[in-house]
Amino acid sequence: MSNIHLHYDVSGEDFTRAGEASGSVKKRLKALGYNSDAIRRVAIAMYEAEINMVIHADGGFVDVNIYPDHVDVLLSDHGPGIPDVEKAMQAGFSTAPDNVRNLGFGAGMGLPNIKKYTDDMRIETVIGKGTDLYLTVKVNEA
Amino acid sequence: MNKYFHSVELNADLCCGCTNCLKRCPTEAIRIRGGKAHILSERCIDCGECIRICPHHAKHARSNQLEEINNYKIKIAIPAPALFGQFNNLNDIDIVLTGLRALGFDVVYEVSRGAELVSEATRRMIAEGKLNKPIISSACPAVVRLIKIRFPELCGNVMPLLAPMEVAARMARREVIDMTGVDDSEIGVFFITPCPAKVTEINAPNSTEKSAVSGAIAISQIYPALTSKMDKLKVIEPIAKSGLLGVGWATSGGESAAMLGEKYLAADGIENVIRVLEELEDDHIRDVDFIELNACSGGCVGGVLAIENPYVAQARIQNLRKYMPVSLNHLKDGDVERMMWENELEFNAESFRLSEDIIEAMDMMEKMEEICKTLPGLDCGSCGAPTCRALAEDIVKGNAKETDCIHKLKAKIQSVYDQLGTL
Repeated sequence: MSNIHLHYDVSGEDFTRAGEASGSVKKRLKALGYNSDAIRRVAIAMYEAEINMVIHADGGFVDVNIYPDHVDVLLSDHGPGIPDVEKAMQAGFSTAPDNVRNLGFGAGMGLPNIKKYTDDMRIETVIGKGTDLYLTVKVNEA
Repeated sequence: MNKYFHSVELNADLCCGCTNCLKRCPTEAIRIRGGKAHILSERCIDCGECIRICPHHAKHARSNQLEEINNYKIKIAIPAPALFGQFNNLNDIDIVLTGLRALGFDVVYEVSRGAELVSEATRRMIAEGKLNKPIISSACPAVVRLIKIRFPELCGNVMPLLAPMEVAARMARREVIDMTGVDDSEIGVFFITPCPAKVTEINAPNSTEKSAVSGAIAISQIYPALTSKMDKLKVIEPIAKSGLLGVGWATSGGESAAMLGEKYLAADGIENVIRVLEELEDDHIRDVDFIELNACSGGCVGGVLAIENPYVAQARIQNLRKYMPVSLNHLKDGDVERMMWENELEFNAESFRLSEDIIEAMDMMEKMEEICKTLPGLDCGSCGAPTCRALAEDIVKGNAKETDCIHKLKAKIQSVYDQLGTL
């Protein structure tokens, strides 16, 4: 199946740049005339995941594959890994430092929100090595 | 009627094909072709930024001449509250309203009266829990048009109430018909406007089949005649019937203040508005119930058809409001129903998508990405498109060619020249 591949590097140093990748993907999906609900879900989930990469993992990269009926996203970092994925998935659980919380992030809604907005979510994490987050958003024809 | 009516127009004789408007347009709706600016109809939101920036005054907004009021038996003026900020040392808005009467209007009905009703209706609808939160104000027509072409998921959050201009026009018509018994067709209602997007809204409304407003006269056009009448008034008539809540709508934050306590956000200036809408779409703005957005910096006083510096106008309006009652207009039975939109706001997908067919669109996008890699990335605008990416888009759509890029053309000429040298 034909697809469009996009690649982004996410800087771990600059909060103000988090969201650049999701913003760029959103713009492209709109140009494709993509289903608007799917666009919104991709944008929200990707942004949350990008923020996570900046807060916890010092950045990484994002690979996006756009298909006519779904979007696959891989967010890969070389951060500390997630020791307890189940716990990290609980709403309100957060290991974000205070300076991050003061910016309004780190409310412990990142992963739960990503799960809520995607149709499929898979986490591969190795302590000390990093985390790969695979997301899929499908077009739900109303 | 043309599918896309626009009040913003180009005077080709004055356009020299520079890139000022091209770079300023917030929806990338301008291209320079054949040395002249062209507006892409499906993308223009009539915000007027190109009128503001053009150093050659080649862009203007269509509006009506004062003489046109004579086409009607009964002439009604509905001045935008922004008008009250245009005069030095004004301490009574009745001077302005009487001045409009002296210009030939039979009835003067402030748009701020409609604004007070819209505010009350909004408060009531929020209290009844009938609206999708956060609610986005529908008062700025450029913002509504922007949402309509670029933010499909937010169309359902736009408040389904007519804007104060439309409400005031309908109320004024009804009052005059009740009072005089004249036929509706004999009444001309003219909006005194700071805003080109309102002119568009009158001719091709977003939310109703036919506007109750007959025409719009730019503040900048009526200003000299109006001030001269205002200077010569012998009697000031007691016309004003609006309070500080309604008049406050002239400036950014005024509509929000009239919400009386809702958690609100007020953003002004088209670039800021776009940023707020993007964040709203991405669900980043969570603790706000009401969102007021004005395309112009400072709010309606910043409209491109106003005269005065928006911040000076804002200061004057603050001062005028000090001596006003809070609100003089209140809803009667049936008013809210009459103020509701007749048409739902529908997303217009064709403005930004590459093709109706997604497979073809993907194909085009892939080509675009390839072309983009070969362009210099300077976004200089010399090709006639606002960015290199926009040029790539124009090329895949068949509206431009790669050598429109002067840097690519230069490289091509250089290579031909080098080849000639080896002969």
